[in-house]
Amino acid sequence: MARITMRQALTDALREEMHRDERVFIMGEEVGVWGGTYAVTRGFYDEFGPRRVRDTPISEMVIGGAAVGAAMAGLRPIAEFMTINFAFVAFDAIINHAAKMRYMFGGQMRVPLVLRAPGGGGRQLGATHSHTPDVIFAHFPGLKVVSPSTPYDAKGMLKAAIRTDDPVLFIEHATLYQVRGEVPEGDYVVPIGVSDVKREGTDVTIVAYAQGLQVALAAAEKLAKEGIEAEVVDLRTLRPLDMAPVLKSFQKTFKAVVVEEGHRSYGIGAEIAARIQEEGFDYLDAPIKRVAQEEAPLPYSRELEQSALINVDKVIAAVKEIV
Amino acid sequence: MDKETILDWYRQMVLIRRFEQRCSELYQAGKIGGFLHLYIGQEAVAVGSINAKQENDHVITAYRDHGHALVIGSDTNAVMAEMLGKSTGVSKGKGGSMHLADVERRFWGGHAVVGAHLSLATGIALAEQYQGTDAAVLCYFGDGATNIGYFHESLNLSGVWDLPVLWICENNQYGMGTAVERHTAATNIMQKASGYDIPAAQVDGMDVFAVHEATQKALAAIRNGEGPQFLEIMTYRFEGHSMGDPLRYRTKEEVEKWREDDPIGILERHILAENLASKDELEAIDTAVETHLDEAVNFAESSPLPAPEELFTDIYVEN
Repeated sequence: MARITMRQALTDALREEMHRDERVFIMGEEVGVWGGTYAVTRGFYDEFGPRRVRDTPISEMVIGGAAVGAAMAGLRPIAEFMTINFAFVAFDAIINHAAKMRYMFGGQMRVPLVLRAPGGGGRQLGATHSHTPDVIFAHFPGLKVVSPSTPYDAKGMLKAAIRTDDPVLFIEHATLYQVRGEVPEGDYVVPIGVSDVKREGTDVTIVAYAQGLQVALAAAEKLAKEGIEAEVVDLRTLRPLDMAPVLKSFQKTFKAVVVEEGHRSYGIGAEIAARIQEEGFDYLDAPIKRVAQEEAPLPYSRELEQSALINVDKVIAAVKEIV
Repeated sequence: MDKETILDWYRQMVLIRRFEQRCSELYQAGKIGGFLHLYIGQEAVAVGSINAKQENDHVITAYRDHGHALVIGSDTNAVMAEMLGKSTGVSKGKGGSMHLADVERRFWGGHAVVGAHLSLATGIALAEQYQGTDAAVLCYFGDGATNIGYFHESLNLSGVWDLPVLWICENNQYGMGTAVERHTAATNIMQKASGYDIPAAQVDGMDVFAVHEATQKALAAIRNGEGPQFLEIMTYRFEGHSMGDPLRYRTKEEVEKWREDDPIGILERHILAENLASKDELEAIDTAVETHLDEAVNFAESSPLPAPEELFTDIYVEN
């Protein structure tokens, strides 16, 4: 098994699916001639041509809406937002259209669409380019929202997203593109809507996803040296949310910390904590802790920005408060 | 144009008008809820243009969509049932007046966010171009929609990609209650198309023949590889923006003046002048439409409500 970057895993998934299904095509800003602003589609323009790798103007509303229309009419578009921050401009296309089309017309339509969007903070891009707004999109029934944490999951879940007949927002944390992991040769799919235990432990359950998952795993390794064995559950999909592995783990550890890069208020941690107390109250031994982004816009200045973001020390501190 | 065709257009226009008059009554009786936007006055636009399309062409429009659905040939019973929120409705009672669709007939709705469906039309046109067919998309919207970003982004992309889409602006003079000269800087709306190098024409929307001819010409240009086309069709809604509109923004005199150009009246006078049918024959068509609508209302009223479990169906294809 080769150790490849998440970027390479995503590129491989896209290329394999483009070869597998003629209806799959890519559209977005700088996906073609430029090769993708994060180089995920480098070489695709030459390999597949301008019909299937379509550069668009800087027009997020129509990128989102036209992708929905093309999906309704039988294609399987992969539309890329240069960053998830720009998906805000297309919010109506994503929420009012991609997510509601099937329901509102009584099941007449299907929208087999993948919206790829890199996101996340920590790169000194300032307040408008550093959001982790995943939870906002996950609020709405009709959309599937996924965000993988490893190259293996990234490849398998992107394939699943392309093959499902429902609209999927596929969020890629930009700081994970360089993360390496083992990825097998050939075709495989990682199903959407299935959480995954990434590390087994008995003392505390850490629930995380995407970049937060990598932070949680690093924290768990440090905690292990101090004799605290954390179980780390990777949500992978925010909607539909698979709580079963979280609850199973919690029934073993009786304690939980939720790690997310988005803001704390109304966040993933709030949802997971509520679900644990609703569905696992009898097992609750301690307050459920949340490690999340501070309640401030992300500033440019490096140290100040880092102080607002999640990190290994914050996760360790949260664990130690309850273990 | 043969006589049967013209009489059928007359029937379609009367069907729209009488259907909506029934809807208005049902709304006032509390049997139709939500918003109800009547198309009365604009019938010649849907009838003239949709009858100019070929079978594999697509149609998509905004929330004032009853006329388009009926001309497309959607089952009147199912359209009326949708108005009443019944399980037998075209959208199973989940869409309502603003969200009629008939995908089998390539009618994609019925969309309630002003301008948004222009982007959907762009995508549908892309799908046809991608697959190498000769189908085009007829995309209808109001004058008010020409101010939103979706309009500009969609026209631009259709031009950049040479998409087979016919942009049809139904200029009924008001974006809700705001007159054209109060809502847009370029009041000659067809000029906006030139900003995207899209050929445009202005058409009398009260003349079903003029609408038909202009649509045929524009669709021929699209199929001839000339890229997207734009029609500004001048029309007027005789009723308010939606039910309950206080109509403070226009005078009775203005409405009366437009009513002299009632598209059904114009067509009726043409039919009589050309001896295509007698007054009695036209009345027989009107009566047949009323009977058809009696049946539709009965069907809708006697249809079951959506089952409670329908709340959770059609959210995803794969759960």
